[in-house]
Amino acid sequence: MIARLTRTERSVAMALAVILLLLGLTMAALGDHDPMAVHGFMALGLGVGLVFAVGSVLEEPSPSPARLQQYYDDPIKVGIVLAMVWGVFAMSIGLWVAALMVWPDATFGQAWSSYGRLRPVHTTGVIFAFGGNALIATSFHVMQRTCRARLADQLSPWFVLVGYNLFCLWAVSGYLMGITQSKEYAEPEWYADILLVIVWVTYLVLYLRTLRRRAEPHIYVANWYYLAFIVVVAMLHIVNAAALPVSWTGAKSYPAFSGVQDAMVQWWYGHNAVAFFMTSGFLGMLYYYLPVRAQRPIFSYRLSILSFWGITFFYLWVGSHHLHYTALPHWVQTLGMTFSVMLLVPSWASAGNALLTLNGAWHRVRDDATLRFMFVAAVFYGLSTFEGSFLAIRPVNALSHYTDWTVGHVHSGALGWLAMVTFGAFYSVVPQIWGRPAMHSSRLVEWHFWLALGGLLTYVFALWNAGITQGLMWRTYNDAGTLNYSFIESMEAMRPYYIARVVGGSLFLAGICVGAANIWLTVRGARNHAADRPLAPQAAE
Amino acid sequence: MSVEKRDPVSGYLTTGHDWNGITELNSPVPRTVFFFMAVTHLYALVVWVLLPAWPLWDTFTKGVLGIDQKTSVAADLAAANAARAGWTEALATEEFDAIRADPDLLGRALATAEPLFGQNCQVCHGADGIGGPGFPRLNDGIWLWGGTAEEIATTLRVGINAAHPDTHFAQMPAFGRDGLLTRPEIAVLTDYVQTLGEGVNLEDTSEGAVLYQTNCAACHGEDGLGIEGTGSPNLTDDDWVYGGDAVSIHQTLMAGRQGQMPSWQSRLTEAEIRALALYVEGLAGMAP
Repeated sequence: MIARLTRTERSVAMALAVILLLLGLTMAALGDHDPMAVHGFMALGLGVGLVFAVGSVLEEPSPSPARLQQYYDDPIKVGIVLAMVWGVFAMSIGLWVAALMVWPDATFGQAWSSYGRLRPVHTTGVIFAFGGNALIATSFHVMQRTCRARLADQLSPWFVLVGYNLFCLWAVSGYLMGITQSKEYAEPEWYADILLVIVWVTYLVLYLRTLRRRAEPHIYVANWYYLAFIVVVAMLHIVNAAALPVSWTGAKSYPAFSGVQDAMVQWWYGHNAVAFFMTSGFLGMLYYYLPVRAQRPIFSYRLSILSFWGITFFYLWVGSHHLHYTALPHWVQTLGMTFSVMLLVPSWASAGNALLTLNGAWHRVRDDATLRFMFVAAVFYGLSTFEGSFLAIRPVNALSHYTDWTVGHVHSGALGWLAMVTFGAFYSVVPQIWGRPAMHSSRLVEWHFWLALGGLLTYVFALWNAGITQGLMWRTYNDAGTLNYSFIESMEAMRPYYIARVVGGSLFLAGICVGAANIWLTVRGARNHAADRPLAPQAAE
Repeated sequence: MSVEKRDPVSGYLTTGHDWNGITELNSPVPRTVFFFMAVTHLYALVVWVLLPAWPLWDTFTKGVLGIDQKTSVAADLAAANAARAGWTEALATEEFDAIRADPDLLGRALATAEPLFGQNCQVCHGADGIGGPGFPRLNDGIWLWGGTAEEIATTLRVGINAAHPDTHFAQMPAFGRDGLLTRPEIAVLTDYVQTLGEGVNLEDTSEGAVLYQTNCAACHGEDGLGIEGTGSPNLTDDDWVYGGDAVSIHQTLMAGRQGQMPSWQSRLTEAEIRALALYVEGLAGMAP
């Protein structure tokens, strides 16, 4: 793969690898007795590996100019494999964390395996490592196909992939060593945050350059969503990660904001990470792979416009609904609540646009598990966004907040929407970029679908019940007018639901393992035609 | 290649855009979408008028209902306290005998106390007061500081070895660590203490018995029965706070014991303390 870079690109790649190596060496040397040194050694190791990998082909001849008439799919393949590896890893950790709620002693007495460290490994692993790699890989695919243009250059996609995965690795390994900024979904410390900014800006520039080279007069909806994802995540991350390191030789830093301002910035970030990472990016995915797989036109272009701008405008206001009944002023809570309700209509408009696109293709939904994945994803996107707006209403939130209902809501989105649409997209894209006629086994895709759906439903029903039971127990008064239950009694009442959650999580994990095996077998299987596809117009794929 | 085509399924024309085979219908936005947009936006408008909502330069719109969460929660708390005031005042001030004689008041006290016990006491003393290593059992009728509601309420208020000025104070000295006894003497004493279940024989002149009477009897009594109300446990029964096996007794003699219970006066109200006292009093004798 590296030999397919031009000689100039290989030289630049070599220079970047040396810079990474030196950066790692500096961090390892400076970070005396600090976990940052471990991250330095990781960067050093990666840098050395890349120097050897690039160096071994540095003097090879440049690839043929004919490549410029073809799409560049190598980074997509690597991104998909990385996403599946991260997915299996992070969902396994999720299962462990779920098991800790039933068997709290299953940390085996180690600091690194305590609940507080494993949980962010699971959340970061699923959302950013699995979801992020899936988004990056599919965005490279979708932007090339819908623009009918090759990626603007061959090096920056690799820079984005390698840099982003180093960030994920630093984040996840840091939590195990006790590094955290204590901001939910933004736990990594300052140097990992800086790396992410560099990677993300490169990603944005690459996307814009490729869009500029497009051979199509119009920009397809999926690209609007991917662009919103890239632009807004950059904005959110830069503001929320603003922090002052205690020293340049250690991991610890303190956020630029404090008190209720910090809480508001954090949840402005936190909710829009849900909006622009877990929603906007994946809508881009849905808008490409669903019509391709269904072989139907998008139901309504005008509805696409309405929902895109609705989602983009309203989401940015609603973060304060995470802080109902807190020190945050009442008026900010009211705004968060009302904008959350108004957000429902554009959200449902995009779910409806996806489902109505399936009109005329319902027989394919029945027969094709890949399309069924995306159908279920659209349904759960609709359910989760309804639930989200509902939970944002203050009196409802009074019942649901701090209960497992919130956890159930997140998983109805993360499992039902994010993971399902990713699987559907992967099963569409894997055979064709690896040049295979179809997935290795369509029966395994069916197995994956039913395991995932069974696990998802078990999980969310268990936690809906758990959350509502908890919320009601915490507010039940006895005849004397005093609270009827202690907290520990509500925990005891949760046990059956937590066991059900472990069962649901096991099914979902089994599903992704089947999927990973199937993708692996497809990649290893015999190819039937050349992998690289010409830029010429062709049937949608 | 802007060619509009008619879709045979929906009957609509496409927009003419074509992205690698993906097309879009030029169908209108369904009217239900506009209807629900109107409904949700109307809801928002009404809420903005009623509640605090929009920031102004140095203030914000207060809303015509005049509601603010700070005053609402204060009012809610005051109303709940007022609704309970009738019986919580009686619970806080009346004699325990009078409370025990009033089934309604006693019932309210016990119903209130059970979750309070779960929330505050259970983490150390276990569910239903079954105790655990280092934390006394509360349901066996054996008490270090007295088992009547009056005495339990006092223990709850002042704590044991706590920061309260009148706290119950009891310490088992570290006979080994502080050099009060030699290691061989502690070994002998460990063996002797394990025989106390058969009762103390005052005629016994063995080394263990002599060591006991010299060093331990002042607190635990010549007869080993302990002195209730001073925190010194009975050594002749099967009830051990820190364990009655050789290892635990040896550890107790070597390093001493300074168990602590917090003073709850600053965390619980007088009515809550007295409700808990009645509840814990009732736990006695519930052991299987």
